[in-house]
Amino acid sequence: MRDFLYLCKNLKKDFSGLEKVKLAVLGDTSTQFLVQALRGMGYEKGFDLQIFEADYDQIERQVFDNNSALYEFKPVITVVFKSTHKLLEKYNKLDTVSYQRFADDEMESVKNMSSALNGNLHTKVIFFNYSEIDDAVFGSFANKTAFSFLFQLRKINYELMLFASENPDFYLCDLSTIQNIVGKATFFQPSVYINSGMVLSIDVLPEVSSKTLDIIGALKGRFKKCVILDLDNTLWGGIIGDDGIENIQLGSLGIGKTFTEFQHWLKKLKNRGIILAVCSKNSEPTAKEPFEKHPDMVLRLDDIAVFVANYINKADNIIQIKNILNIGYDTMVFLDDNPFERNLVRQSLPEVCVPELPEDPADYLEYLYSLNLFETGTISAEDAERTKHYQLEAHRQSIQQLFINEDDYLQSLNMRSVAEPFNKFNAPRVAQLSQRSNQFNLRTLRYTREDIDWLILSPDHFTFAFTLEDKFGDYGLISVVVLQKEKTKTLFIENWFMSCRVLNRGMEQFVMNTILSFAKKNEYTQIKGEYAATAKNEMVRDHYENLGFIKSGNSWILKVAEYENKKCYITKNER
Amino acid sequence: MVRQDVLDQVNSIFIDVLDKKDINLTDETSARDIEEWDSLAHIHLIVAIERKFNIRFSSKDMQSWENVGEMIDCICEKLMK
Repeated sequence: MRDFLYLCKNLKKDFSGLEKVKLAVLGDTSTQFLVQALRGMGYEKGFDLQIFEADYDQIERQVFDNNSALYEFKPVITVVFKSTHKLLEKYNKLDTVSYQRFADDEMESVKNMSSALNGNLHTKVIFFNYSEIDDAVFGSFANKTAFSFLFQLRKINYELMLFASENPDFYLCDLSTIQNIVGKATFFQPSVYINSGMVLSIDVLPEVSSKTLDIIGALKGRFKKCVILDLDNTLWGGIIGDDGIENIQLGSLGIGKTFTEFQHWLKKLKNRGIILAVCSKNSEPTAKEPFEKHPDMVLRLDDIAVFVANYINKADNIIQIKNILNIGYDTMVFLDDNPFERNLVRQSLPEVCVPELPEDPADYLEYLYSLNLFETGTISAEDAERTKHYQLEAHRQSIQQLFINEDDYLQSLNMRSVAEPFNKFNAPRVAQLSQRSNQFNLRTLRYTREDIDWLILSPDHFTFAFTLEDKFGDYGLISVVVLQKEKTKTLFIENWFMSCRVLNRGMEQFVMNTILSFAKKNEYTQIKGEYAATAKNEMVRDHYENLGFIKSGNSWILKVAEYENKKCYITKNER
Repeated sequence: MVRQDVLDQVNSIFIDVLDKKDINLTDETSARDIEEWDSLAHIHLIVAIERKFNIRFSSKDMQSWENVGEMIDCICEKLMK
């Protein structure tokens, strides 16, 4: 979150071209900083807020006098910030018999104010609810004492919600929740309050202004409509293509609980009208299997409006999803655990909101809560029906077109790879990758540590282990090739497997170039490959064909002399 | 931290918060000398200084200083503790 100073500096920037909104701010404490923060945050979110700030503690006069400056200004939206400190001050002055009625009396004045603002001035109202102060007069017993301040305050907050639910032009900004999140010590700084009359600390102003702007944005038609979901390690733990349906983490398996809770949240969004779409690098049957068969899946296929599973880059798939749904990019949120995919989408489709999901899936939910992505101005009964409508639409359109220039993106990644023979340092990881890779695995031979030791010594085998790193990080050892010398100048690719995390980056081409340069140097004339189908490696069925091999019986043949280096943007590094 | 360092750091906070490049604080500088240094900016400055030095001023501190020198003394005193 931007800090207050940053927001202040925004005030000097060029607001032309931003959407103008006439906003009034009425407060019973000093609001100058709040007004600056609102205007500065408005700039961040694309609004030129034209703000009328009422003089300090003039709420009633401005609201109930038809000739006041407020009426002259004619705000579209009015923010009303009555502080808990003033509320407490008022309560403190009451005689004890009136405590009990305090909330009712307060609500009475809120309702009068709302009817003047909504009714006479025709402005929408954003009312800040009350951050809690426990005056500790009763201790926890305040909770069972109807006339305690805490009891009355919470009653007001509850009554405010009831009132807002019945009055479409009266909105609440949940200040109380902000205090819960940042803590009271951050929310309120007594020394500043005493010296300036401001009850919001400088540190909390960005949070408060951001939450207010979210409401203003929603009222101005800026809200999210769709969440696009990755699957592996986003919706469940593990990789469905490699681990299989029994081993992905959901429910009580591994850290499955976090994914189950995450799915429940998504299901609630769907029920309130947010469209869910899937965009996954998988074969479609593999990707759909958990939705159909896994007992712990919360989301099912009929929760998903558009289901896209293929090996095309995700930006192109999102363009496709957008065309099916016919909504703006700025209404879409893309959730993916993989920084590569996130950055590809961010770079290609800058309007799509791409949250920087935390590394630990256990943190997904709290992080997403904090972004407050799904602010809305209204909800309707049709919202819940939306998914069905789009599912039908999705059936009608299913063409694949490529739109973005992936080369530019790959080039910008500054990818580097080291290729080296098996050795005692990389052997454990080679063994592990060999056991785990199911999808990108041409012959699915598994190598144990003993096999690897044997291969290192074998005069008829040549081994390659590839690493990859790019500007976002180091992916470690991600691909392995084992070559076997055959009769008369032929190299047979005994096995080739790769982690699916690095698909579509030109790693296949880089590996192929490496094999070829080895073959040339050692005067082999042809390369032979073979694809051995399993239930899980459909992905690489056309692998050799794509690389220019010619089919010959059960094998694929490539003439070394005819090979031209494949284009790729990975630089070879020496260890 | 030497007193001069504190003054230098406070000076750069003033430049940042008041968004004004030509500020050269001395012990004698007071709010009268810098137009942008009004009561509101004063609060912002104080909070920025608190954060920078990881200290907290009391509500009395905030009102007590006649000039920059007294403010720096107050910061140094807190840094000693």
